[in-house]
Amino acid sequence: MYVYDEFDRTLVAERVAEFRDQVARRLSGELTEEEFKPLRLMNGVYLQLRAYMLRVAIPYGSLSSTQLRKLAHIARRYDRNYGHFTTRQNLQFNWIKLSDLPDVMAELAEASLHGMQTSGNCVRNITTDQWAGVAADEIEDPRIWAEILRQHSTMHPEFSFLPRKFKIAITAARHDRAAVRVHDIGLRLHRNGAGEIGFEVIVGGGLGRTPFIGKTIKPFLPKRDLLSYVEAILRVYNQYGRRDNIFKARIKILVHELGAERFAAEVESEWAAIKDGVLAIDAAAIADIAARFRYPRYERLDDDPAELMLARQATAGFDTWYRNTVSRHKVPGYAIVTLSLKPVGGPPGDVTAEQMDAIADVADRYSFGEIRVGHEQNLVLSHVAQRDLPALWQALDRSGVATPNVGLVSDIISCPGLDYCSLANARSIPVAQELTRRFRDLENQRGIGRLHINISGCINACGHHHVGHIGILGVEKNGEEFYQITLGGRSDELAELGALLGPAVPYGEVADVIEDVIAAYRELRASPNELFIDTVKRVGVEPFRERVYAAR
Amino acid sequence: MTAPTQQKLKVNGPVVVTANRLSDGAVVYRSAVGGWTARLAAAAVVTTAQAAGELLAEANADDFAVAAYVAPVALRDGRIEPGNLRERIRLAGPTFELPLTFGI
Repeated sequence: MYVYDEFDRTLVAERVAEFRDQVARRLSGELTEEEFKPLRLMNGVYLQLRAYMLRVAIPYGSLSSTQLRKLAHIARRYDRNYGHFTTRQNLQFNWIKLSDLPDVMAELAEASLHGMQTSGNCVRNITTDQWAGVAADEIEDPRIWAEILRQHSTMHPEFSFLPRKFKIAITAARHDRAAVRVHDIGLRLHRNGAGEIGFEVIVGGGLGRTPFIGKTIKPFLPKRDLLSYVEAILRVYNQYGRRDNIFKARIKILVHELGAERFAAEVESEWAAIKDGVLAIDAAAIADIAARFRYPRYERLDDDPAELMLARQATAGFDTWYRNTVSRHKVPGYAIVTLSLKPVGGPPGDVTAEQMDAIADVADRYSFGEIRVGHEQNLVLSHVAQRDLPALWQALDRSGVATPNVGLVSDIISCPGLDYCSLANARSIPVAQELTRRFRDLENQRGIGRLHINISGCINACGHHHVGHIGILGVEKNGEEFYQITLGGRSDELAELGALLGPAVPYGEVADVIEDVIAAYRELRASPNELFIDTVKRVGVEPFRERVYAAR
Repeated sequence: MTAPTQQKLKVNGPVVVTANRLSDGAVVYRSAVGGWTARLAAAAVVTTAQAAGELLAEANADDFAVAAYVAPVALRDGRIEPGNLRERIRLAGPTFELPLTFGI
């Protein structure tokens, strides 16, 4: 965990005092709504269909048990007893009163939490691999770089009024769990031919109305140059990005219209002027940030201890959960455990206050008090001794977060949709709920294998439908909800946008169509081991289209 | 999508003016007797763009609620009902059970 210093705490406390004053002036009528709206958005406060929504930043998805308990307390005292983890590693409260928000912000600040960088046309919460620092396949902890960028971008005056919002993601692993190729800037830590570690810089990815996979404009950027190069990108975007049309304002449109080569040349030109200035990061500064990440004092343990192996043999339910949710840790004898927030019939990513408290307790007991949030809307315990896994499983099962469906068809990513969101055209959550009921049989899910379904309730694509193996996009046609279905998207290192299956289908038919798509996959796959995404890649969408629409 | 507050005013049937209460975001309607009401049944229903525009202007001038816009309603057996799914959800809440105890 990163430990905030006095400077961080002062900054957050000052923001709380400022916001308290702004809310008071709004409620008294001293500020108009037009004046107040950008101020509340800078603190993550939105007005949704029936209430204000507060988005709390969880930088790079790392939470302490103390912070999770604070979120539980906010849910219980100020909201309706639950919160919603988003696809950007944040948490949203759906029923917050404006008049309560200053107190909520003050309570959050006690746990070093806030809503800064969760809204507005600024650099948003910087996301990374939820396994950062513990993944067996990473070359170093990417959170150090996320924190350096967070500190540099927070309230940066030059980048607080960009043409549009700006999202940065970082990975340091071979397998990309952070979806870096569909972000405004994606950073991939890797080694060059000389064995040095630096960044591949990818720009102009994004989803929404006009989806693009990002383009690599710098195959290898030395670490010392990260801030200056990112700043050069932001300056080029600030100068040339469109402010006349909100639908063309993201950097992906600029990169597309200029072309990646010309955009890169503009960045290089800007960078040449600043690269050796104050933004060059020296080793001491990196070491200072790195030193404020506290790592657990791991015991010397062996992998696969006897008590674990015995429990796997003795209890089929435990073994099933183990095989689905437990992953290799970089330290022998430890494990990474994913907590599914996708129970049958549950809204994806929602957690009650009681569950938050229970997860905080097990994190203290079994994971050095640390919890991670993934963009798949699940949680992770990042430092669990393998010998403790049987006891952990029982505790998680009692709290309803041990569904062994991680990465399977019912592990659905979904935006809040029309049930909450003022921008949505169609509902997302009830579609996800119905699909989890249709596919509730775990043996059937395992027979289908790894399959990601992503659902968005409008073209803004908060559910990342373009990069779902199966993407579902809600649209409105003559006052009715319809859903476009895409196949073959993915957000990992082989990122691709899905291809349209066919005409949109009405709300009541979505689950039937998805069942037909999966039945078609079972017929078309070369072997039971060929994943859905690989079958789509091999045969294309057409054979699916023929089967799904033949009977309609 | 474009939020209703940003859309051009079109009236093709009975409509009300709705907004969110400033203090807590709760859904309110411009009342038939002036001011705001939380009850759709007490909302002022109009059927022309001019009347809707006037109601909207009144609403925008009243700081008790924000983000006012014109929303369709249906009149059935003398009752005022929301005219589309969005307005049904605004009136009645999410279409699924809230997650108070799910999974436990």
